[in-house]
Amino acid sequence: MLREAHLSDKENIAIDVRDAVKRYGDFTALKKISLSIMDNEFFTLLGPSGCGKTTLLRMIAGFEDVTEGAIFLYGDEIENLPPNKRPVNTVFQNYALFPHMTILDNVAFGLEMRGASKADARTKAGEMLELVQLSQFSARKPSQLSGGQQQRVALARALAPQPKVLLLDEPLSALDLKLRKAMQLELKHLQRETGITFIFVTHDQEEALTMSDRIAVMSAGEMQQLGSPTDIYERPHNMFVADFIGETNLLEVSVDGIADGRATCHLGGGHELTCNAVDGIGVGSKVHMSIRPERLYMSAEPTASEGLHGRVKDNIFVGTDITTIVQLDEGPDFVVRTSNSDRGNKRIFEPGTEMFVNMERGAARLLAD
Amino acid sequence: MASTNFDIKTYPGFKAVTLLCLIVLYAPLVVVTIYSFNASQSLTNWEGISLRWYADVFSGPESSKFKEAAKNSFIIAIIAATVSTSIATLAATGMVRGGKFKLRTVSFGLISLPLMVPEIVTAVATLIFFNSIGFDRGIMTILLAHIAFCIPFAYLPISARMQGIEDSYEQAAQDLYATKRQAFTKILLPLMMPGIISGFLLAFIVSLDDFIITNFVKGAGVETLPTAIFGSVKQGIKPNIMAISTMLLGVSVVMVTISYFVSKKDNTK
Repeated sequence: MLREAHLSDKENIAIDVRDAVKRYGDFTALKKISLSIMDNEFFTLLGPSGCGKTTLLRMIAGFEDVTEGAIFLYGDEIENLPPNKRPVNTVFQNYALFPHMTILDNVAFGLEMRGASKADARTKAGEMLELVQLSQFSARKPSQLSGGQQQRVALARALAPQPKVLLLDEPLSALDLKLRKAMQLELKHLQRETGITFIFVTHDQEEALTMSDRIAVMSAGEMQQLGSPTDIYERPHNMFVADFIGETNLLEVSVDGIADGRATCHLGGGHELTCNAVDGIGVGSKVHMSIRPERLYMSAEPTASEGLHGRVKDNIFVGTDITTIVQLDEGPDFVVRTSNSDRGNKRIFEPGTEMFVNMERGAARLLAD
Repeated sequence: MASTNFDIKTYPGFKAVTLLCLIVLYAPLVVVTIYSFNASQSLTNWEGISLRWYADVFSGPESSKFKEAAKNSFIIAIIAATVSTSIATLAATGMVRGGKFKLRTVSFGLISLPLMVPEIVTAVATLIFFNSIGFDRGIMTILLAHIAFCIPFAYLPISARMQGIEDSYEQAAQDLYATKRQAFTKILLPLMMPGIISGFLLAFIVSLDDFIITNFVKGAGVETLPTAIFGSVKQGIKPNIMAISTMLLGVSVVMVTISYFVSKKDNTK
């Protein structure tokens, strides 16, 4: 039984990071991180700059020593192997294409270093370039390509030796918005097609939500939450995750009472909301509540028992949506997002208009810290 | 207005000072070059254009002495430049890629200090060193001295070049299964080549032109071009000296020009 479990783990877990710590002198960049990245998964390390996500990626690639802990690749311990002995490849943030080599030679490099003959390596490299639709550029030098094209060459070069895991270090950050969106879809597609496990590092939460099977949200060298994009967005574990992922109304509330698994919370100014109670948050505690702006709606008349009365302060037109800021009577501001479609009838309200703010059931979440 | 009042060209006397500097720097060279083509035996009277002094260098009474000296000079320059460039390349690799080590600043100072030390001091010190270890003076002592003082000259363009190469290239190579040695020979070395060539040419010129140190450490009867010229001048300046000097000047100008353009060439772009 145990043995079987171990074997299936070996097949299913691509990268297993166990209690990994990274210290630079007195500074601790990573504080005991443990996570398992599954085979054939699009996994994203997400966090603000300096959170340790790139350090963790470079530890998996072999560019950084592991101060404490271990890293396993399909069951084999790899943290002491040099980068060239690890069957993982990296797409670098600045691409790092070899400037003195042609595109074809760049893509063939890894195959040749792995012992393929020059002819075989070039044939295989040609096929990879076809996959990323850059065959016609194979004789050019990297500098003769646009940023987006260089990005695809870097991808082809890293995928050509068929690594067990592909590491991507913010590869889209240098591209403009439109190209970035196209590349996000292409990357996701490529991952499905090749079946290779992708570990993607980014600080862009929207990018992470778009592409990932699972996301690890990191901050200050610690993992804050690990879960699917919906988990992370809809059920943030703490204030950092709620605040970092997407936009949200973060309100300071005090819990007045708990009954039947529902907590009644006081928002200030006499306003009250009920939401699901959370283990560890008892009556009398002062905590934060998160409500996504798109799960709030406005009405001229109170529609639900919990309609909160206030006045429109401002409207912000962002194209797809209209963001309205409503100040509750003697209470906090609420940001309400309405879709810019005909279904939303009158969408822009004059400042000062009296309004009720209503909430979809389950939209409010209490956060432990 | 495109130009501002802070433009240095608008300062009073800018043109005059510039011209004066250029004249002081280049007038002697121009005079020597022109008079090397003089048909006259005299150094100062112009009697028409002629190549007789160039012919004299190659077939005149002193030609065998100059040929021998030129051969020595070029052999020494080529070997000294090659060896010092190799050492400088390794030094630059260690200094730039070795991470932060304790004596990095000190090491950099030690490598470039010889550029600032008066050459006569280096010459005397080298001579004393060879004497004290009982090394007989000859062409080997010249060669060793040249290798030593060429290193900082070769080092500067190489390390400047290397600092401009991001280390992500070598990381990418290692990530793609290259060993450290392969990453160096296949990636870093080709990218450093402009700096290495530039360093080699600089070292070559410095070795070819050196007089003071060579004069101190050379053995009796062994001459390089600069010491042979000096020896000849002591017996009275003849126009053939101007012809040799002009040729030497030509070689230097060509080398420095190549070095400039090679170091300008950026193969990382």
